[in-house]
Amino acid sequence: MTWLPDAAVERLREVAEWPDFDGTRYEILERVGSGGMGSVYRARDRELDREVALKVLSLPDPESAARMLREARVIARLEHPGIVPIHDVGRLPDDRVFYAMKLVAGERLDQLVARGEPLPGRLRAFERICEAVAFAHARGVIHRDLKPENVMVGPFGEVLVMDWGLARGGSAVAAEAAAPGTSDPVGTTSHGAVLGTPGYMAPEQARGDVLSVGERSDIYGLGALLHFLLVGTPPTATAPIPTGRLRSDVPVALQAVCRKAMAAEPAARYATVGELAGDVARFLAGDAVGAYPEGTLRRARRLARKHRAAIVLIAAYLLMRLLLLLF
Amino acid sequence: MTGSFPLTRSSLIAGVRSPDGARRQRAFEALVTAYWKPVYKYVRIRWRSSPEDAQDLTQGFFTMALEKELFAGYDANRARFRTYLRTCLDGFVANERRASRRLKRGGGAELLPLDFLDAEGELRRHEVPADAEMDEYFRREWVRHVFGLAVTTLDRECAASGKAAHFALFKRYDIEGRAADEPLSYAALAAESGLPLTQVTNHLAWARQAFRRVVLATLREATCSEEEFRAEARDVLGVDER
Repeated sequence: MTWLPDAAVERLREVAEWPDFDGTRYEILERVGSGGMGSVYRARDRELDREVALKVLSLPDPESAARMLREARVIARLEHPGIVPIHDVGRLPDDRVFYAMKLVAGERLDQLVARGEPLPGRLRAFERICEAVAFAHARGVIHRDLKPENVMVGPFGEVLVMDWGLARGGSAVAAEAAAPGTSDPVGTTSHGAVLGTPGYMAPEQARGDVLSVGERSDIYGLGALLHFLLVGTPPTATAPIPTGRLRSDVPVALQAVCRKAMAAEPAARYATVGELAGDVARFLAGDAVGAYPEGTLRRARRLARKHRAAIVLIAAYLLMRLLLLLF
Repeated sequence: MTGSFPLTRSSLIAGVRSPDGARRQRAFEALVTAYWKPVYKYVRIRWRSSPEDAQDLTQGFFTMALEKELFAGYDANRARFRTYLRTCLDGFVANERRASRRLKRGGGAELLPLDFLDAEGELRRHEVPADAEMDEYFRREWVRHVFGLAVTTLDRECAASGKAAHFALFKRYDIEGRAADEPLSYAALAAESGLPLTQVTNHLAWARQAFRRVVLATLREATCSEEEFRAEARDVLGVDER
């Protein structure tokens, strides 16, 4: 038998998964990542002469195919600058489902944090994420898997929320709950199956409590994302809700925002993504945030910080007047 | 073939449960072919056996499996077949060691002719893993063996269907070329083979798809359920399980 060194085994792994796009408009250039259902390839669309990303199932099994088609349809419904647009969907000769989407340049959110993006930049990215998720919620879609690896930040600060493979529309949630122990109408999952990522998953989602999973579950995920943006790590499984000070260099108002978004009880969280984003925007503008009732001293310090330039100018003016009076 | 796997070979595990004796025997032999090499290597490394002892233990394990219908007792709901087989193997070797019941060297019946020299040659090219990594070692060697079997099958199929040139390019580019320090380019392969570049890429594309088909068919045979097949296929293809 032919001896296969480790390098050859790794190559054959790639070869065995390599999709056959022969005779189609796409030319595969390289594999750029892999996930639970399949791999993503950088490819060239010969007809439009542009590069695209192709997400291709590893295996042609019906359950994964239905899930992937559903993901494609969900994304197609969500036309928003913060959600990666889908161009095409189809099947390969070996029956594997694929879809073509915009090839996103840039870095993942975790990479942005790792290279030390300053806090204002991280918070602005968070605002863009909130905008995309709020848009999805307005169309009845819940993402259910918000995490740094699923967010791309482009070279001009544009933010794209990716991987809607676990996304669910409001009617589908009800259908999933109404048919316990069976696959839902699109064959995506079974009742009670835990879908999501530990650390970023709301408690009700981790319990498989399908009826309770809703927009506020995504708000929990956004809180966990904010936690990651503030301290560089997800909340731990043993202490999912940050208590006390996250870190001395993290503003207490943002810690309060994070805590509120990640409250164990959905009812205690922000009611909408817009409210959460509003609090972050107010923090960036130097205003008081709704999640943090500040005392007089802290309010004075915040106002002093916010109006530092005006205060310096007034102080300089008063000092000058004083000097003129004296001399 | 919308809605189902494009595979026709049935599970060997189902075969060893067949009431048809001939089918049972064929399925059993195919299972031995699919698993003997990782078993032998595992016994050599995990149990620190000499080559001769490992050969006897490997043959003895499969003989015992046949006599006691071990594979027919596999429950797909409890573990993957690969894990079940390794657990049974550990129990078998431990029992043999404890009771010193090992067959006298060379005296055991040879169930199937297995190329232990080939396996021993491969072992010399491995790094010996630490004890804690034996699960991963068995998995890695099983993947290597599955790919090795698929390469052999593809070679045979290509030769029989007049596509020897396809296989030669595949072997040169995707196996030998990747093991070299500097990966081969398509242009270099075209120059080397004397074929036009487009023909080289077309032949390679065909051979890769054929290789995928053979690998999946091998996995289909070596697994018991759709779920196990999918899990093993994703594992072998290097795709993360969510």
